[in-house]
Amino acid sequence: MNVNLTGADFLGILPIIILSGFGVVLMVLSVFSQRFHRMTIPYLGVVGIILALISNFFLIGKDYLAFQNMVRVDWLTVAFNFIFLVTAGLSLLLTTSYSEQEHIEFIEFTPLLLFSTVGMMLMGSAQNLMMIFLGLETMSIALYVMAGFRRNHRESLEAALKYFLLGAFATGFLLYGIALIYGVVGSTSFTAIAQYLNKNALSPDLLFLVGTGLLIVGFGFKVALVPFHMWTPDVYQGSPMPVTAYMAVGAKAAGFAAIVRFFTLSAAQIAYQWVDVLWILAVLTMTVGNVLALVQKDIKRMLAYSSIAHAGYLLVGIVADNDLTVPAVMFYLVAYLLMNLGAFAIALIVSGNQERRTRIEYFKGLAETQPMLALAMAICMVSLAGFPPTIGFMGKFYLFSAALYSGYVWLAIIGVINSLISVYYYIGVVVAMYMHKPVDERRIEQVVPGVGLVVLVAVVGIFIFGIFPGSLAGLFG
Amino acid sequence: MVATALFYIFAAIATAGAIMVVAQRNPVYSALYLVLTLFALAGEYVLLMAHFIAIVHVAVYAGAIVVLFLFVIMLLNVRLEERAPDAFRYMIYAGLPMAAILFVEMGYFAFRGFQQAMVQGTRVGLVESIGRALFSQYVLPFEVASILLLVAMIGALYLSKRKLEIVAFKRPRSKKERLKVMMYEEEH
Repeated sequence: MNVNLTGADFLGILPIIILSGFGVVLMVLSVFSQRFHRMTIPYLGVVGIILALISNFFLIGKDYLAFQNMVRVDWLTVAFNFIFLVTAGLSLLLTTSYSEQEHIEFIEFTPLLLFSTVGMMLMGSAQNLMMIFLGLETMSIALYVMAGFRRNHRESLEAALKYFLLGAFATGFLLYGIALIYGVVGSTSFTAIAQYLNKNALSPDLLFLVGTGLLIVGFGFKVALVPFHMWTPDVYQGSPMPVTAYMAVGAKAAGFAAIVRFFTLSAAQIAYQWVDVLWILAVLTMTVGNVLALVQKDIKRMLAYSSIAHAGYLLVGIVADNDLTVPAVMFYLVAYLLMNLGAFAIALIVSGNQERRTRIEYFKGLAETQPMLALAMAICMVSLAGFPPTIGFMGKFYLFSAALYSGYVWLAIIGVINSLISVYYYIGVVVAMYMHKPVDERRIEQVVPGVGLVVLVAVVGIFIFGIFPGSLAGLFG
Repeated sequence: MVATALFYIFAAIATAGAIMVVAQRNPVYSALYLVLTLFALAGEYVLLMAHFIAIVHVAVYAGAIVVLFLFVIMLLNVRLEERAPDAFRYMIYAGLPMAAILFVEMGYFAFRGFQQAMVQGTRVGLVESIGRALFSQYVLPFEVASILLLVAMIGALYLSKRKLEIVAFKRPRSKKERLKVMMYEEEH
């Protein structure tokens, strides 16, 4: 077979190429540079991410398949790239002070984070199950290691091991599913799968359906849907805080990228088969996540269960399966990015040296010692709970209206009830900050520039897109 | 003719090797007979024009997996000629009928169904065609796999590194500080 790779092929994955290049160069630099210069490596990583973001603008308005139908370059690719790159950049800013706080050298951290982002971007642009698998593995293997980066802490190693073993198990499901689908269709390309389903929409092969079910398990693990969520609290709690933030936002967005690419865009013909399954998963995920978050005493565990609940809300959008699905899910992913990274950044500031102060009680009296920080945290919490005029409210509004548009009234009602439950634990943090005396009056949290910038971006984003949602929603159609 | 003769030779070696794997008392010998069996099977793959699978078979099974077996055997320090526990002695009464059933079953299907499935003269399994596919149709996944392996390598190195390094956080301002950092680096 002859193959012609044109410039357009390479342009389509330009952000990926730039980021991989930076990853390799930074890895070599970190080995050969002097000890003091290694401090600059996270900043160089941010430079790479900014370059990738700029190159991402060249893809706007394009719509074509690249690399023999392996990769699709369209507005969804651009949007997902944007989400992943911003997540990676902000998480990297969180780590700039972290190595000081933890007394660990984070040399390999920046390259790993960049490679992990490469994996996510591959998932966001994949047009072939094989690309989805490779992207997912690149992302996950880097995340397993990053979860164990605090090697001097038992819980971090425990998190890495748990995440690795369960993740490998889930990958097995995913691969089995891909193999079954390949067996039926004779190809792993989404184009071929869509063609197969066009012909056999009413009676797809049983093996194909089994394969689709196994894919739900594989993706469900990555985005922490409820029967597959067991790893989430422990892994989120044990991982270093910047990694938790990155994992919570990036891995979830990547998982939903795969779900949107496969289920919403390629397997829409057999939606009648998978919608009911996802309906049940959505209800379970929202309810279990929110109810278990009520009793959490640790901010990281609380945010872990809250992230499970948010995966449930996002799944509501997927279940709706209409024209509003993709814009609503994309909007909510941006919302989730801003509010979660903001919340984790402030939790990182409060947690202090060696992350000893992660319990919610340490937020007590933050309004007295650091009023601006407390205000920012309150804004993030209010947005996570979904109050207007924040982005969290608009995101939920779009998701639930998508569900109503398709006639899933009960699903929307359950979603709203769950949002009400979630208010209790989000506001619990606000109450601790504003209505209690500080535990240690003399302690004043230090805000380093990198982390402060993340908080600022999050708060500004929450308000701008909360008050003018059209400016963002317009981009997603 | 030669191919048929070779087929029977490899088949005989593979079967004999497989029997020896089970019959040997010393686990190290068993593992080595397993290598022999796998090599003979690789020969069969070559006869089926599946060169690539033959190479991968040797590299992965004989190379990596049996070495892993041997490592585990030696790490666990299994005593030579370890006697099978008494509980296993009765297993032979269950095992023999099972083996007989499996044998009849596979023989039946091999003679009935798989005869037509023999593919003659196909080029699918050649190293060349797989190489062509890898570098044309699947060039992007191929390259991405290299990143994946790189990530796994960095990760394994980081997690297995013996000692955690503590960073010298500030850029040394004076000569004295620089000396301090240098001494620290020498110590570690």
